[in-house]
Amino acid sequence: MKSRLSGNEAVAYALQQLNPDVMGAFPITPSTEIPEYFAQYVADGQVNTEFVTVESEHSSMSVCIAAQAAGARSVCATSSCGLALMYELLYVAASCRLPITLACVNRALTGPININNDHSDSMGARDSGWIQIYAENNQEAYDNIIMAMPIGETPGVRLPVMSCMDGFITSHAVENIELLDSDVVQGFIGEYQPENYLLKKENPLAVGPYDVSAYYMEHKVMQAEAMKAAKNRILEVAADFEKISGRRYGLLEEYRMEDAELALVLIGSTAGTAKAAVDQLRAKGEKAGLVKIRVFRPFPGQELAKVLAGTKAVAIMDKSEGLAGGGGPLFAETRSALYDLPERPYLISIVYGLGGRDVKTDDIETVFSRLAHISSSSQIGPVYTHMGQRSKEETV
Amino acid sequence: MSKVYNLKREVEKPARLTGGHRLCAGCGAGVVVSGVLRALDQEDRAVVVNATSCLEVSTFMYPYTAYMDSYIHSAFENSAATCSGVEAAYKALQRRGQVEGTVKFITFAGDGGTYDIGFQSLSGAMERGHDMVYVCYDNEAYMNTGIQRSSSTPAFARTTTTPVGSAVKGKKQNKKDLTEILVAHNIPYVAQTAPIGNFKDLHTKSHKAIYTEGPCFLNILSPCPRGWDYPMEKLAQITKLAVDTCVWPLYEVEEGVWHLSYRPKKKLAVDEFLRPQGRFSHMFQKGNEWMIEEAQAYVDQKWERLLEHTGA
Repeated sequence: MKSRLSGNEAVAYALQQLNPDVMGAFPITPSTEIPEYFAQYVADGQVNTEFVTVESEHSSMSVCIAAQAAGARSVCATSSCGLALMYELLYVAASCRLPITLACVNRALTGPININNDHSDSMGARDSGWIQIYAENNQEAYDNIIMAMPIGETPGVRLPVMSCMDGFITSHAVENIELLDSDVVQGFIGEYQPENYLLKKENPLAVGPYDVSAYYMEHKVMQAEAMKAAKNRILEVAADFEKISGRRYGLLEEYRMEDAELALVLIGSTAGTAKAAVDQLRAKGEKAGLVKIRVFRPFPGQELAKVLAGTKAVAIMDKSEGLAGGGGPLFAETRSALYDLPERPYLISIVYGLGGRDVKTDDIETVFSRLAHISSSSQIGPVYTHMGQRSKEETV
Repeated sequence: MSKVYNLKREVEKPARLTGGHRLCAGCGAGVVVSGVLRALDQEDRAVVVNATSCLEVSTFMYPYTAYMDSYIHSAFENSAATCSGVEAAYKALQRRGQVEGTVKFITFAGDGGTYDIGFQSLSGAMERGHDMVYVCYDNEAYMNTGIQRSSSTPAFARTTTTPVGSAVKGKKQNKKDLTEILVAHNIPYVAQTAPIGNFKDLHTKSHKAIYTEGPCFLNILSPCPRGWDYPMEKLAQITKLAVDTCVWPLYEVEEGVWHLSYRPKKKLAVDEFLRPQGRFSHMFQKGNEWMIEEAQAYVDQKWERLLEHTGA
């Protein structure tokens, strides 16, 4: 079914089709429309969901953890400081192996306060043990959240899933979208059948122990194994999803990478802008390409290395400033992933778009022209720069 | 609970908090938890929730749980939200026909997890009206981390963050009256109790809280031999003294109606409660008589107010 929806509407509509048992709901810009739209589905009796309008995101995630442990499917949505307030509990959810679904509408973290898009919120939670999948547009935001439960709930994985989209750029922009029938969605996710849960009569369950040194590390290793196993499961679910939707997804998306010598690696909605820039450069005969990271956790390091193996110069564009002193988090992961290549391309880190700073095709072309210069001169220049700084000479 | 309370019959029921947990000898928490869980009708199931606390680390150390019922602990400040999440799941699964029998939801948290860091979560859950019981086992300080003051710690008490020195002598502030704050939430049932005598008061109020629909709150005094500094065999005696000095009055507020549960035959002077406890020992040094006077005046004022509320 064709429709026109904003990203938030699309995700809310998907959640209605998923019909979760429990939703934790707390307002924050820009994700707040998701619980608003969902509240209307509740008011109209279209879902079986207990809609728990909590007094904070901390309680929202606490409700989701408890409900999922009790044997229910639970979901919530948040952004920015809301995700930061959940931070402690993100680890609890992952370590209790509870496949909660969270819609993260990416927004800058406060410091200073800013309500616009970047990835600092979910990047801050990248080591919390959640699977992280990022959308480029509304269609992907809708599709990704429908794939979350089959990925997270599978016994070899049992991890929570964070389905991310860019605040305002994706969450508030209305785009054409292809929606699935609700029956198809229900058939795709199936019944939730956890092995053990709090409300199971036959076998009472205790969740969340004090875990002493003699056991704690074994439990962390089990989580690590689950995250490794998630990679394959994400691909299996994507293959099943293609059967019902005709849309194909991988861990990453290669755009005109077949013979690319100059490439970008980035996440989210900027991929749309970058694709347009790549097309313009290709029209001029430049061997330009793009790799869009769809799944950031588990990180597709080997796949990324394979894709970038033939390139000469690559810019890794981070929409979050990790303040590590040497480049953004995507840059660090990518550079590490390429270490084992026999011949490595030049790699530069460009931090861009913080706090909603716009990025245009011209900006992307400037990055490519720098890559072209690096490639032809074999002079890398500054490795770690910020795009479009008014206080500095153009160093992108 | 149509039958008249009978301690013997109650303790013969299968224990829901089993022995072998790691709580200290002379600790009130185990007595409180056993007492509350005994009030469950035998055929009913429960999901027990804990805040991070002495109780949690002592009763569910992997791979052993002391609870016969299902149990969840998630963090320090979120036990009320956690309980409300389990209750929400119960409602949703009931509508789907996926859960059998009656299940009750009971949270236990210490005063740190209730008066302080868990206060927002508690207030939110009570306001939302979940069908649950929140039990604060109040031992008047953060005992699990090593006896730091909380907003429940009474004035003058020595803790590791309110030490007794030459300039400052113990805690400067009075104890927060959390029970009254919960009354102000206009929930169906709020009670203050303590494990004294034959546990009838504790049992009756627990049963009422568990079987009253909606959010119910129990504040239960739970002495701590380490933090209060008393010999472990004095647990029952100290608890009784708290009640007989009116330091910890027993009362309940049912649908907004206040009721005094117990009036001491003779209201004892507050120093009878203070003297056996090391945390108050400096109050009995020469020159510090004013502390005992102030403590007495505070107790008297609170007691008079309670008598006004209850019309007793």
